[in-house]
Amino acid sequence: MMLQATELAFGYGRVKVGQSVTLSVDRGEVLCLLGPNGCGKTTLFKTLLGLLPRQGGHLELNGKDISTFSRAQFARHIAYVPQATGAYFPFSVFDVVLMGRASRIDTFASPTMADRAITQEALAALGIGHLAARPFTDISGGEKQMTLIARALAQEPELIVMDEPTASLDFGNQAHVLSRISSFAASGMAVVISTHDPSHAFACATRVALMRAGTLVAIGKPADVLTPQSLQALYGVGVVVAYLEQAGRHVCTPTLNARNAP
Amino acid sequence: MQQHQKAQRAGPIAIGALAALLVAIILMAILTGKYPVTPGDILAVVLAKITGSASGVAPTIETVIWNVRLPRVGAGILVGASLAAAGAVYQGLFRNPLVSPDILGVSAGASFGAVIGIFLSLSVLAIQGLAFAGGLAAVALVYAIGSIVRERDPILVLVLAGVAIGALLGACVSLLKVLADPYNQLPAITFWLLGSLASINRTDLLSILPAVIIALLPMALLRWRMNLMTLDDEEARALGVETRWIRIVIVAAATLMTAAAVSISGVVGWIGLLVPHVARMFVGPDFSRLLPASMLIGAAYMVGVDTLARSIAAIEVPLGILTAAIGAPFFLYLLLTTRRGWQ
Repeated sequence: MMLQATELAFGYGRVKVGQSVTLSVDRGEVLCLLGPNGCGKTTLFKTLLGLLPRQGGHLELNGKDISTFSRAQFARHIAYVPQATGAYFPFSVFDVVLMGRASRIDTFASPTMADRAITQEALAALGIGHLAARPFTDISGGEKQMTLIARALAQEPELIVMDEPTASLDFGNQAHVLSRISSFAASGMAVVISTHDPSHAFACATRVALMRAGTLVAIGKPADVLTPQSLQALYGVGVVVAYLEQAGRHVCTPTLNARNAP
Repeated sequence: MQQHQKAQRAGPIAIGALAALLVAIILMAILTGKYPVTPGDILAVVLAKITGSASGVAPTIETVIWNVRLPRVGAGILVGASLAAAGAVYQGLFRNPLVSPDILGVSAGASFGAVIGIFLSLSVLAIQGLAFAGGLAAVALVYAIGSIVRERDPILVLVLAGVAIGALLGACVSLLKVLADPYNQLPAITFWLLGSLASINRTDLLSILPAVIIALLPMALLRWRMNLMTLDDEEARALGVETRWIRIVIVAAATLMTAAAVSISGVVGWIGLLVPHVARMFVGPDFSRLLPASMLIGAAYMVGVDTLARSIAAIEVPLGILTAAIGAPFFLYLLLTTRRGWQ
């Protein structure tokens, strides 16, 4: 297992957010984390990324405790695509993606031609080569998301962690991001994402984990875990899970109020 | 990509143009003043000092050039470049375009040190030493408070601690002003608090040069890492940056630089706040170009303003008055005309 969390407890400082989380992810897998707002998904991700100290349990990367990794060593294995970026200055899209090379550039050094070439490849892989010279602060939300994913790709990681990569994207851009995620897994990377749309889990995940109040209530294959019963228990609304022949996969949709119910 | 390469090439051209501007302003500054000086005189004096031979220039003019105007221009370059570099660093580090080098209390600490020195009627050297030590001590205190507070945004804690310590030191300065001798000490205190290069000599210049160079070194070496320090702390760490120690090194360097500059010039506001904005307009936010551009513009602006300060009126106009009188309207102009972001 590439990343293995065992009985993980996590939170901010003395505040406990979650506990007893056991999960793992390996190359070629997409693990999708579902859960209502405030259940602790982002806190769990930050703990998995070593950005918050864990409060208990074990967390290993390639069999070694993650506390033995420096930030740079860790970043060569795992990339993070945050929900929103704190970009306050108008760096060009190229320069933002180039920042993904940081863990492979010595502290006192600057990017080489090779780093620039890899940046160029990452931009091309996400189909945003034409944005290279644009200021990051000027582009659309969808373009920003693609830029951050390109930055993670430029990191050349084995695992990409994405916190709600489809949130605040329009319908088309959501589809674009989901197909990128599938292609990353197909190319041998591991991906961990969180989402609020169970259909997205069916679209790209190999495994799904359901999280409620800081603990995992289920983990397994999408078809086993994502049932109307489990989703109703998770979100408190009625859910229809149906196989859509034209799409070739399952989709989920909530049943709205009683009047509209059949 | 072609467009991008064009933008990459524009940087060195802009920096070359700014360097040429600085040279022109330096020349103008040395030529301006009560005693008429020609460019030939400057060349002759500088060559003579280097080779050790006689310059053939009138002794009065030689003194004016070598002992008065060159040290003053040199101080202007050093102080302006230092304040602008520290401003560029702090604005990036604190991810806020309204940040200036005094954000962590360095100016407040230096003011307090200098005002104590003036109040106790100490020598000029002792006053400069106290200003320098006061600036460093204030920031060290702010940083220590910031390190005690965990589990919160480290940047926000630092800024708030800086505001509080700055206010406290400001109150101490005000108290000393009330207690000071209104005829001998108060004018000196007021003059120091508004900044001036009027009494600069070559020794002042050489005494702060090592501190400025030592402080510049980590800024130059960490120039690409500085770009990543403008991201959110967690984002930068996820990209593999050890933000904690880089922040310590950079804050120490910027503080050292500002304290050194302020110790000989007094508090000169607005340069550290304004200049990085202008530099960003020319070369963009990439720190490897922003740092040299800020230093060149800061030096040119300071030398220009100082030349105005000593030539527009019969008396020396304090620098702080001029930098604010020119800087504030320009800042408002930027505010009204820039589209968005801080370009």
